Amino acid sequence: MPIRPEWLWSDVIVWSMVAAAVILSLRVRRSLPQRAAWARVGQSAAGMAAATVLAAFVAVGLLDSLHFREAAGTRDGKVVYGGELRSALDALLRPLRERRERTYSAPLATRAYAKETVQIEGVEQRVYPRLIYGGAHLRDESERWQDVGSRAAGGAFAAAVIWLSLVMLLCLMLARRENAGVAVMWRRLWSGHLPLQWRAIMITAGLIMLVAGPVCALAPHYHVLGTDKIGQDVLYQALKSIRTGLVIGTVATLVMLPVAMVLGLMAGYFKGWVDDLIQYCYTTLSSIPGVLLIVATVLMMQVFIENHVHWFTSVETRADVRLLALCAVLGMTSWTGLCRLLRGEALKLRELEFVQAARAFGVSHPRILLRHLLPNVMPVVLIALVMDFSGLVLAEAVLSYVGVGVDPSTVSFGTMINAARLEMAREPMVWWALAAAFGFMLTLVLSANLFADAVRDAFDPRLRFAGGRA
Amino acid sequence: MSAYLLRRMVYGLAILVGVNVFTFGLFFFVNSPDDMARAQLGVKRVTPAAVEKWKAERGYDKPLFFNEKKSGIATMTETVFFQKSIRLFVFDFGSSDQGRNIGFDIRERMWPSLAVQLPAFAVGLAVYLSLALIMAFFRATPIDRAGVVLCVMMMSISTLFYIIGGQFLFGKLWNLVPVSGYQEGFDAVKFLLLPALIGVVAGLGGNARWYRTIFLEEIHKDYVRTARAKGLAEPRILFVHVLKNAMIPVLTGVVVVIPMLFLGALITESFFGIPGLGSYTIDAINQQDFAIVRAMVFLGAALYVAGLVLTDIAYTLVDPRVRFS
Repeated sequence: MPIRPEWLWSDVIVWSMVAAAVILSLRVRRSLPQRAAWARVGQSAAGMAAATVLAAFVAVGLLDSLHFREAAGTRDGKVVYGGELRSALDALLRPLRERRERTYSAPLATRAYAKETVQIEGVEQRVYPRLIYGGAHLRDESERWQDVGSRAAGGAFAAAVIWLSLVMLLCLMLARRENAGVAVMWRRLWSGHLPLQWRAIMITAGLIMLVAGPVCALAPHYHVLGTDKIGQDVLYQALKSIRTGLVIGTVATLVMLPVAMVLGLMAGYFKGWVDDLIQYCYTTLSSIPGVLLIVATVLMMQVFIENHVHWFTSVETRADVRLLALCAVLGMTSWTGLCRLLRGEALKLRELEFVQAARAFGVSHPRILLRHLLPNVMPVVLIALVMDFSGLVLAEAVLSYVGVGVDPSTVSFGTMINAARLEMAREPMVWWALAAAFGFMLTLVLSANLFADAVRDAFDPRLRFAGGRA
Repeated sequence: MSAYLLRRMVYGLAILVGVNVFTFGLFFFVNSPDDMARAQLGVKRVTPAAVEKWKAERGYDKPLFFNEKKSGIATMTETVFFQKSIRLFVFDFGSSDQGRNIGFDIRERMWPSLAVQLPAFAVGLAVYLSLALIMAFFRATPIDRAGVVLCVMMMSISTLFYIIGGQFLFGKLWNLVPVSGYQEGFDAVKFLLLPALIGVVAGLGGNARWYRTIFLEEIHKDYVRTARAKGLAEPRILFVHVLKNAMIPVLTGVVVVIPMLFLGALITESFFGIPGLGSYTIDAINQQDFAIVRAMVFLGAALYVAGLVLTDIAYTLVDPRVRFS
């Protein structure tokens, strides 16, 4: 079937971030101190384990950032493309997306969660109806756990085989690079004495695959995490939420970065009235409690979008613009912290000899800011970037609950929790949607926090020379 | 010293002016009153007459800055800017878009908010500081490391989870406290217990870790080395010398939030049905009541500025370097 790729604004931003990351990492390779700092990140077992989990999340998010429309048919000899926007992830998860039940069902269930009145042989009866797709291949439902067990075991076995071959491949590669025997490399890998913590990476990857393998084996035949009120697969929604979380966590910080950097450096470098003015601006903004500022701005933004509906060609582009606008608002409210930090750094740096020397040689102010101050505050910026990520992901959930978060049609952890929170009051309880949202969010935020700690420990010179602080 | 405090207060006032201008721009320039009327009335069934009526009822039909139709001082006062923004400075919040008096509602609703926030704040501070001291005392041992790991875990859990989990455990499973609701007087205690507890637990990870960092920063300073050289016992150094000196960075973060306790917690209050300012704000958001949101933004900023001034006063009390400069 012919497809037509389509780029949402957030896709463009996501892929330019990837490109920027690649370019920056190439530059890092050439700079000795930066390479040393990243090597210190690589030595942290917790940091590398967290990075592996994050990489898995990012992979899902990137797959979900390749959008296209499918051909719906032909009219007048031209291909007409369908109404709904799909992503590469949707294409991979097609069975999950399309196998929609009527309403709630528990994880791995074969029957619905609530009784329905059904005609059986002419008599009306209240029974738990069989699900349309979940476990539909079973002839006898009593075989369910046996079937689940054997499928899960098969998935786990396949995952183990792939993982072992991955480890072997890694050993081979390392052995070739260091001119050592494969067996020696194998021992060094598992003793954890390599410069990069391959052991932590491989164990985490193994654990991820051990979970993913059985899930992949079961997902085409069951609803692994159950279904929600309108019968959608919860696992599918949880996977779709990842992209929203990642976009908010990264784009919101990036939006504010240029403003915070320019203003912060200028305030610290020029001092005097420039400093007073910039300080006044960010104190004013930060004096409004964050949530209230976000609420007020998002409300205004919603009104603005409602009044300019005709600007947007489709529901998806409108939801996408709303997501980016939310990022912008979140960034706008949080740039003050970084700005203050950078002002402090610039105040310190401007008195140092190399800046004084540059000024004595008549180097222009913009050049001093760009060539002498900026590279020296980059560690602070990087630390702020990774430290902010987890807070933003958590903030999205709260804001979506309050009603000022992402568009209701965007799948996110916040909208999932919001939709599921009333279900706790039902009898018996519908817990799986909440559990899935919280579980995925915890994994993402926890690994982001651990990675951020590793980056901070490696890049913050104050911490490194203070001695023995974890 | 009084000159210093006076200067800080004037600066605070200047900040409030900035906040006022900023909110005015946000609420009346990003969207014109016509846009807001359309959003309130629903984009579909809106007529020019209905928009005019909506604006006239709420006083948005006046010119923004300068009223040419009036004479004398009224050219300035009979404007949206004066009526809706300048009057905030005397805490005259006007009436909400639904027609209720905002000032009255705020005075009514700040007490339940305070009843949840104050105990949570006091207990929380004590718990966070003691845990941080314990971790700092056992620094670089398995106890400290386990504590830090636990803190990072707790930081990574969404507030929503604490609230939903707490309501489920204490309210539904163990039936210890009502799931939600509020009563006046002494009966309020059983409704406030769980929200306050959740407030403490939700902030535990981040705060305990933050205070631990502050204590550890102090421990590496020279006066601690001197104290050790004098032969003082480690507990005495930590609980007397370090704790006293760490109070300055701790105060910076703590005093600022005291006035903001009136504002309540948005999410907690709406989950527990407490009629405080937090749930007031949430209701306003759901009804798209711009007047209330504008009033709350200004009130929040005013309380923050009050917190800043309080912090300065606290500095002059605890830090002789500020007092004598």
